[in-house]
Amino acid sequence: MANTAFLPREHFLSPNTEYSLLPFRFDRRQNGDYLLVNEVGEFCILPPDVFQSLVEKALKPTDSAYTKLKAKHFLADSNSSALFDVLSSKYRTKKSFLEGFTKLHIFVLTLRCNQSCQYCQVTRQGEAANAYDMTADIVRKSVDMMLANPSPSVTMELQGGESLLNFDLVKEAILYAQNRNEAVGKRIEYVICTNLTLLEDEHLDFFREHNVQISTSLDGPEYIHDRNRPFNKGGSHAIVTRNIRRAQEALGNQAVSCLMTATKISLKYPREIVDEYLRLDLCSIFARDLNPYGYAIKTQSAIGYSTDEFVSFYKAFLGYIIEINRQDRTFPEAFASMVLRKILTPWPIGFVDLQSPSGAGLGVVVYNYDGDVYASDESRMLAEMGQHTFRLGNVLEDDFHEIFFGETMQMIASAACNEALPGCSDCAYQPYCGADPVRNFATQNDITGHRPTSSFCKKNKSMIQHVFETYLSADAELERILWAWVNREDVNRMRLPEPTWLSK
Amino acid sequence: MAIQIRAHGSPQGGHGRILGRIARSPVTDIALRPDYLRVVTELQSVEDSLDGYAAVLFEGQSAEVANTPFIHNFGNLDFLKEGQVVAVEIGTGFIRVLYRPDSIHNALFATERCNSNCLMCSQPPKMRDDGDMAAELLRLIDLIPDSPEHLGISGGEPTLLKDGLLDVIKRLKDRLPTTAVTLLSNGRMYAYESFINRLSEIGHPNFLTSIPLYANNAADHDYVVQTKGAFDQTIQGLYNAARKGLAVELRVVLHKQTIPGLLDLTDFIYRNLPFVSNVALMGMENMGYVKKNWNLLWIDPADYADTLEAAVRQLHYRQINTSIYNLPFCVLPSSLWSFARQSISDFKNIYLSECAACSVKEHCSGLFQSSEKLHSRAIKAII
Repeated sequence: MANTAFLPREHFLSPNTEYSLLPFRFDRRQNGDYLLVNEVGEFCILPPDVFQSLVEKALKPTDSAYTKLKAKHFLADSNSSALFDVLSSKYRTKKSFLEGFTKLHIFVLTLRCNQSCQYCQVTRQGEAANAYDMTADIVRKSVDMMLANPSPSVTMELQGGESLLNFDLVKEAILYAQNRNEAVGKRIEYVICTNLTLLEDEHLDFFREHNVQISTSLDGPEYIHDRNRPFNKGGSHAIVTRNIRRAQEALGNQAVSCLMTATKISLKYPREIVDEYLRLDLCSIFARDLNPYGYAIKTQSAIGYSTDEFVSFYKAFLGYIIEINRQDRTFPEAFASMVLRKILTPWPIGFVDLQSPSGAGLGVVVYNYDGDVYASDESRMLAEMGQHTFRLGNVLEDDFHEIFFGETMQMIASAACNEALPGCSDCAYQPYCGADPVRNFATQNDITGHRPTSSFCKKNKSMIQHVFETYLSADAELERILWAWVNREDVNRMRLPEPTWLSK
Repeated sequence: MAIQIRAHGSPQGGHGRILGRIARSPVTDIALRPDYLRVVTELQSVEDSLDGYAAVLFEGQSAEVANTPFIHNFGNLDFLKEGQVVAVEIGTGFIRVLYRPDSIHNALFATERCNSNCLMCSQPPKMRDDGDMAAELLRLIDLIPDSPEHLGISGGEPTLLKDGLLDVIKRLKDRLPTTAVTLLSNGRMYAYESFINRLSEIGHPNFLTSIPLYANNAADHDYVVQTKGAFDQTIQGLYNAARKGLAVELRVVLHKQTIPGLLDLTDFIYRNLPFVSNVALMGMENMGYVKKNWNLLWIDPADYADTLEAAVRQLHYRQINTSIYNLPFCVLPSSLWSFARQSISDFKNIYLSECAACSVKEHCSGLFQSSEKLHSRAIKAII
């Protein structure tokens, strides 16, 4: 017979009331609530009294907070066996960007450039200085190094200087990679970084034929762009925007993306910059602050700004972009999209600036024109300034193992996990942020770095906090928009759909 | 109207249970007859011999006793159609249709036993010997004439048949390879690696396990299924299934004990079980234990519509496929209509008199027969 002597819920509670805390970090929000974040990026917001009870181990299994905290892996009791397996799977998933090792391979084909940007990080050389081009031999050795990497999919990014000053080299690199990859079978994404001033139909034909995406620079409307990025004693805005259109027509809108570097003048024009991107039908926008490398250091007083100034610019910038999306136009802001993906999803992201272990060497590697290999673009810039600290080796002299597992890489790795960096290890935003030993070294002369005086820390923490609070205080419409960004989806398609039979 | 699947005739001796395909006209090849149940409407009109059939089912009354098992006095047997597979209790005269080629709701019923005892079970478990169930299901699979699009396997808890169930799944793969199979299971047996290993080794190409999950925590889930340790086993089972690449769907029956934690559950699913192929949020069938536990369980769907909408929205934003089962359009906000499925098995599916005037009835799930009297106050025609 069926057993109809049903037992009450109390019967199924954990047998004892002892629990232990699982690793988490916390911060106090402005309204006094506590934000708790654990190793896998799950978060929970608790009022002060509940938080106090939690840490004093005074919560009871009958409390609703107890259930929630246990389900989100903030506490464990004697009845948690299955959840530990779950937690370890989630941790593996969050760190799965490490699978397959280095994915972004940057080739500095030449240091020559035809522009003279105020914030240049590259230490450009004149247009005719042929000594600063990669030789065909170095191109091939570098491609071989990329293909020796275990990752089943890699991004091959060709940059400069101005890469199109030597189009033959661009072709050589891509054709050689394709040819050699026939035996290797990786998925290779090709990206060319170019200022687009020299674009010709021949280039576009080649890019279309070989699926090459274009990454260019656009700092905003003419009066900003031309001030930042002069060209032939005049401006480059007119030619760049014309060529963005040409490239979009030839390759599709999704194949052309732009980077916006903010200088002092940019900070006054968040809306105008966004409007310029919208006018050109660009698909998203990323605002980069000035890096402490290359010419940008020399020009700091003329074009620079404080971290606080940049963060308030970012807030206005993000606010305006949200307004645009509220008008049903899908236009994600890249930083917020990536941070939200870290906060709200079980998945990792592929953005090397916000990774732990850091992107340097593990996520990205740079092959310089002279065959030297660096742990990141910033490492290479430091070398141009005379600091060869992060040179991993040379493709003509060293093999894969010496480059990727040598002493330099070990040194970088020793400061690559923000889980273990002072000031990061107890920061609530640690799982959403990254480690940057190269930048620590460049700005603080120490790969471990000093968080209280770190501009990297201040900027990222403020921006992550702002994105987080934007989500937590979002109305229904904004929640939909932010999830569209997370999913890289059209904001309109995130609405609950109508039945197909109704629309007929 | 619900569809007839059962009838009762007068036995004429003999015992045992046999399965056969329905034949409404003579099966000329005598060698094939043991697979068939011959339906006879008028004895006088039968010119061929009735020998060799698994059984003969006669609408009218007859004193004749043939060599063939013979059951008479059924009355109208029009509901028995060619190609159906029917079980006959020779000793009692009960017949039940096990398979209907024209239905999308066919299920193989594996056992009445269960290792859980859910508060809202619509078909309360019985400790009945199921030792020969696997053999009967293998026979049933052999009798199904053509690969149907879909077959369910239900119970009780089918995995309690252990090796027997694995034999059934293997036979389905071998004999009906194009048929999609959905196993309804609490997933607890999947916590055992030896079982999940053997299941995945079968390599059925189109196999889904549909597993209920009622809360983001052991206490609430175990309370609903009335079994300590069930939550841990089910979670472990889900992970084992994912590791083996076996597709799983989650099912949540909506009632007074599951609605308060629904949003925490959907969040838990996304963060911990994002590999599930679908989440089904299901209206409750007023059968079995539900009647006994009515006050513990009943909440009018109209009173949880807001929670349901928030849960569906949450899953939609998180790009998890979501379906709503067993709830008619009139109790749902129209924003959720596209998620609602016509999920109620046709033989127990009804519409009420007020549904006649409804403009969206043809797409609507309708109601369970058991909800004819007890149902939401929001039921009305949508004009």
